[in-house]
This record gives sequence, structure tokens and C-alpha cells, in this order.
Amino acid sequence: MRVDTPKYKTSDEVDFVIVGSGAAGGIMAKELSTNGFRVVVLEQGPYLTEADFVHDEVKVLGEDLLTNKPKLQPTSFRKTPNEKAKPQHALVYGRLVGGTSVHFTANFWRFHEVDFVERSKIGPVPGADLRDWPITYADLEPYYTKVEWEIGVSGLAGASPFDPPRSKPYPMPPLPVKGCGVVFERAARKLGWHPFPAPMAILSQPRAGRGACVNCGFCLAFGCEVGAKSSSLAAAIPVAEKTGRCEIRPNSYVHRIEMDNNGRVTGAVYFDEKRNTHLQKAQAVIVCANGAETPRLLLLSANKQFPNGLANSSGIVGKYLMLNSGGITTAVFEHPLNDYKGFAVSRILHDFYELDPQKVGFYGGGGLDARFDMTPLSLALENWPEVWRNPGASGQQGGLPPASPRWGKAFKDTLAHNFSRTMEIFAHGTSLPVETNSFSLDPDLKDAWGLPALCLTYKDHPDDLKLWAWQNQRAHELLDAAGAQKKWSHPITESEFAVHLLGTCRMGNDSKTSVINSDHRTHDIKNLFLCDGSSLVTSGRGQPTMTIEALAFRAADRITALAKRGEIT
Amino acid sequence: MINDLTRRNFLARAGAGLSAVWLSNHWSALVAAAEHAHQAAKSTAPVKFQFFSPEEAIEIDAMTARIIPSDDAAGAREAGVVYFIDRALTTFSIDHQKTYREGLPELQARVHELFPTVGKFSSATPEQQDQILHSLDSHAGGGRGIYRAGANASSFFETVRVHTIVGFLIDPDSGRAGNRDGVGWKVIGRDRDHMFQPPFGFYDKDYAGWQPNPPDTEKPRA
Repeated sequence: MRVDTPKYKTSDEVDFVIVGSGAAGGIMAKELSTNGFRVVVLEQGPYLTEADFVHDEVKVLGEDLLTNKPKLQPTSFRKTPNEKAKPQHALVYGRLVGGTSVHFTANFWRFHEVDFVERSKIGPVPGADLRDWPITYADLEPYYTKVEWEIGVSGLAGASPFDPPRSKPYPMPPLPVKGCGVVFERAARKLGWHPFPAPMAILSQPRAGRGACVNCGFCLAFGCEVGAKSSSLAAAIPVAEKTGRCEIRPNSYVHRIEMDNNGRVTGAVYFDEKRNTHLQKAQAVIVCANGAETPRLLLLSANKQFPNGLANSSGIVGKYLMLNSGGITTAVFEHPLNDYKGFAVSRILHDFYELDPQKVGFYGGGGLDARFDMTPLSLALENWPEVWRNPGASGQQGGLPPASPRWGKAFKDTLAHNFSRTMEIFAHGTSLPVETNSFSLDPDLKDAWGLPALCLTYKDHPDDLKLWAWQNQRAHELLDAAGAQKKWSHPITESEFAVHLLGTCRMGNDSKTSVINSDHRTHDIKNLFLCDGSSLVTSGRGQPTMTIEALAFRAADRITALAKRGEIT
Repeated sequence: MINDLTRRNFLARAGAGLSAVWLSNHWSALVAAAEHAHQAAKSTAPVKFQFFSPEEAIEIDAMTARIIPSDDAAGAREAGVVYFIDRALTTFSIDHQKTYREGLPELQARVHELFPTVGKFSSATPEQQDQILHSLDSHAGGGRGIYRAGANASSFFETVRVHTIVGFLIDPDSGRAGNRDGVGWKVIGRDRDHMFQPPFGFYDKDYAGWQPNPPDTEKPRA
């Protein structure tokens, strides 16, 4: 039930404007309004509720109900900065109140201690600019715990021998094991590996007025119709609104941050639903717009003092993008798994989290999970939902074995046999920070509002592709041990599409090689803060949202302390 | 057929296979899910074609019936896929109207070219129909080069193929007139309920519960 929330005038100078209401923005809004500040959250997408979260695959995926709209928000892609980018659907993110956390898979591992100090531990990696974080795992640990308890994560403490230290157990037991989890667990143990119940940001028990997961089966890419998925929409924004100090303003597309002559930002300029322009004044601006839109907003806000983009004296805003490598190996079993029931993942393993570069010949590490995240349509059709807009579009294969019949009786028989018997091993892994991998403004392409579109420039570091291949081999070993009747890996190809959007305004102590400091304050502008995937210094092992949320809890603490000491204004 | 689920019988049906403890733990979520089913039930299947003429509908229906044929189990025809496509072309997929307008004459031309004595696609034998569709399918390999598809024909076949599969497998409660009575989901073994309780399948039914990993003498490392 939504409560009455304040309506601030744009001319009211509120304490904070937060741009974006996703994983980071939602938590930032909750924390700062709880701490007594007046907050306006500007969200470009609509304010949907659980009643809108249907299982209609055409509406949700074919028509982009929850995500950025390729027709209104075109993007371009190129592999290297010397090429002219081609218009191409290049990324997906949640575009609604709650952001990507509404439709995510909800894998919520913590980063491990090594993720923060890899450069010190393994030294430089040629072709990349690997760096230590300015904070350690110990600094972030209390905030990981906050995410688990305040946002809602199910899991089993101590189940993985590789887990970093923790101050508290999980607040809820793990979700039930699925068929794919059982075959994964049994096979991994045969191989001497250490499977464990997946930590998931989905409620296994009713909590804080929200229902537990009912295993409806439309989870990844869908909004949760019962509020069991711990999105910012379900878990953080209602708390922010209850304070009576936070206004969530949907359909508000921020395209510029204004600055005064004293080098301070004064507020955020946005289009409302009717494309009228407004300036929401604020004492400080916090951008939580995701690893693509945050750098884009800074670049769009270039001014006399910052001709290359706001807070971009380093010249690295938008650079060092990391997408996480990820391999999918699909398998068909003899008997029905019925893995379409339930959430995506119930068992994972971290035996390969920290690989020895001397031994394997490349930098990196990762995790394997057992999952079924397909829907009837994404299994039956290749490149769903792109083929809905453009039948015949080539791209990602569907869930049937390669070279399966595409129509006719043989197609129907394959589909009928495989749907209930299919599962996947997903290999999540590192991406190295490479300067030329970036989001930038396309010089020609414009969005429906006339603003420069996002251009993705990306070429995987060779080590990222080696890790991908290495982990696929482990997935095959596991599926052999599990007795799969059929198995195949999706081909390893260079990335051309972004889902995890990391590292583009990274954190650091040196203002020449980073954009924000460890308080998430931009090095250049005292009252401008950034917090989301763009803040990450390294890519972790493929599940970034837990860490983005822990950073948001921590940043809110730091910003609150700065504000209370009068060090922002 | 009109989906006549109501909130009450949805709850009754949902409860049938579930334990009391599970129900009480999940009650608020269950009621929310019931609301969804109830909303969906308000929409009705179409009875009249809006885009196709009755003659065109027969041809499209015949195509869908080869893309997902009926056998012991339902096919595209039983799922009412032609109604789904008709509704798509007048509401949520109007961009593809042109593809059908141009594709239907292409289909007719191909029928004449391959089987001069057969009047329409719908009056050809199933084997002939498959041959015609193969000739339009640009993905079909091997020995069919002489029937290379024209650009329109290829995208027409591809569009009908995608629309047929979507119309067969779409959530039957979506109100889009596809997957009538959930027959498509029945074919692939997907229960139509909005909620499920473990065990879900063959492999987890005898799972004994989580057992800790055996202790290692030292923390393992790959």
C-alpha cells in the first residue's frame, strides 16, 4: 500500500536529489530520508506496482515493459575507439521505479576479500589497468549484512568454505533446492568440489509485510507479482516513502546537472512525461543512474569549467567498463526436472573464485551456478525477444540444442521433450578494466528527446575469454558427472551487449585515475556524489548487485556524516 | 473459450495440491497471485477476425498447422494461433501488417509454382504444404536451392513462424487470444498454476536435505 508522500516544488531546495531509483538509488533514498533529510528521487521510468507484473512475455519482453526502450533510446556499438559505431541494441537495464533490481535474477553473493586487493596480490595485468579498491572487504562487511537483513536475502552462512568472514548469519534459510540444484550438488561432490545453497535476494519466508516466493516460475526478467523478490521497489522505496520526507518522481528523465559559478552543483534538469523541462533544486546531487546512464549524464552536463564532462578532469568518465564474462552450458536430462517452477538458481559453487594465474595462464576467477532461467518462449525461439520486433534477427541461440528443427513435428517433439528436462550451468567471471572499453556519447545518433545516444565500445580482454572457455570446460565435467544426456555450450564470442554495467566512474584515492573518492564524492565537485555499478574498481566474479547495494548503504552513511558535519554545503 | 477463473476458484484450485503449512506461510502472496489470475480472466478470446478475411485466415491457419502440427497432442490450430495473429496485427504488432499483406500473395505464387494443380495452400496435402514452407524458409538447408526464397517471402515465413510459436506458448492468461486453454503449455509439460511447491520434479523428490560439505584439511584452492 503506497502512503501519501510529500510533493516538493522544483524551486524548493531539497537536501538531496537522487537520480535513479534502482539498486543503489532506492537504498540511498531509504537511508537518507530515514536519517532526516528531504529527498527527491528522479526516475526516468514509470512507477509500476505488483499488479502490473504479469507473465505475458510479449508485454514484458517483446514490448520492454520494465526495461529501456530501443525505439526511443537507440544505442550504438563498436569494438574499438577507431571505428565508427553502428546503431545496434547494445544494452539492457531496468527503466522503472526500482530499476534493474525489479527484474534481476537475484544472485546475491558478497564479493570476497581478494576482490578489493587483487592488484597488490597478483600484480599488473598487461592490457588492463587493474587497481586495488580504496576500501577493503572489512570496510564493507557491515553493509553486506545490512543488505541481507534490511533488503532481504535468503541463504546459509558457513555453507561454502570459500566465503569471506561475516558478522551475522542470513536472516532467512535458503530457498528450496530445485532439480537442477540437486543434480549440480551431487555431481560437484563427486568431483570433490564444494556446492552450496545460493544466496538469493528472494524471500524464503514472509518478512516485513512481504510474501515469500511462491515459485511462480517467471522470475529472471520479470517483476515479482507477490513482492518476494527483494527489489528496491519492494524493499527500500516503501520505507523511504513512509518517512514522509522522500518523494519518488517517476517519468522524470534527467539530462543535465546544473552548476553555479562557485563550482557547486545546484540541481538536476529533467524532462517530465510531457517533455516539459524542469530544474529540481537541491543542496547536493547523488547520481545512481547505473554504469551506463551515470557517465552519460556527466558527459551530457559538460560546461565551461568541465568541457569534457562534469567531474571529468581525469578524462576517465565512462571508461574502464567491465561487463563480466559469462558462459552458458545447457543440458538435457532423462527425467523431468520441471525447473520452470521456482526462481532461477538454488545451488552454486566458488571453488574457482580465485584461480592462480601461474597455474592456469590467465587472470581471473568465477563461480558456477545451476539454473533454469528460460521461459517457454526463450527456450523455443532463438534470440527472443529480439525476434518479436524483428523476425529472422540472428543472435543468441534459444534453449534447444544447436541445429534443432525450427518448425514442424520434429520441432514440436523436441520442445515437448526438452522443456521440462533442460537446465543450464552458468559460469560467472571476471572482466578486466581496459581503458578503451567504455560508454560514451554517440556523435550522430540521438534519442527520442534529441539527446546524444549511448555508444558502447567493447572488446573483451583476452584473459576474460580464456576464463570463459576454462569455466565452460568445468561445466562440461560437471554435467558429465551428473549424467546429462545431452550438453552444449553457447559459442564464446566477443561481447557486443551489456547487462552488467560496471566501473565507468570508478572509486579511488587518486583523482587522476578515478572519478570518486571512497565517500562516493566526485574528486572535482564537493556536492556531487555517484553511487551504482559505475563505482566498482574491479568486476568481482559476476554478481555485482549485492556489492552495489552494500556500497549504497555505506555511501549513505558517509554522506550523512559529511552533511551533519556541514561538509557538503 | 472464455477463461472462467475467478479469484475464489483460483484459490481453491491453487490450494488443492498444497499443504496447510505452506498455504498459511504464503497466504498474502497467494492472494496477490489470485488477483492476477482474476484480472486475466476478465479478458475474452476474439470471435471474429479483424485483420484477415475469412479466406486469408484459412491460409494462415493452414500454415500455422504445419509449423506446429496437431497429432496426439494439440497443435497451433487447437491453440487458436490464427486468432492470436489476427489480434496481434490489429493491436500489438501492427508493424507486421505489411509483411502479411505482401506475404499472402507470395505464398499463393509459390503454391502455383510448385504445384500448379493445387489451388490454395490450404488445399494442398500436408507433405506438399511442408515442401512449400521449406521453399520459403531461408534457414532450410540442403537440396532446396532452386526454391530460394525471395526477400519478402523469407521474412513472411519467418514472421509467421515466430508468431505461431509465440501464439502457441504465450501465457494463456495474458488476454492476447493465444495458447487457448493453455494447450501449448500442456504440450511442453508446463503446469498453468501461478504457484508451485517443492518437490518440483524427478531429481529433487528424494533429496535428503542439505548436508554440509565434508571438512577439508585446508581451504581448497583450484
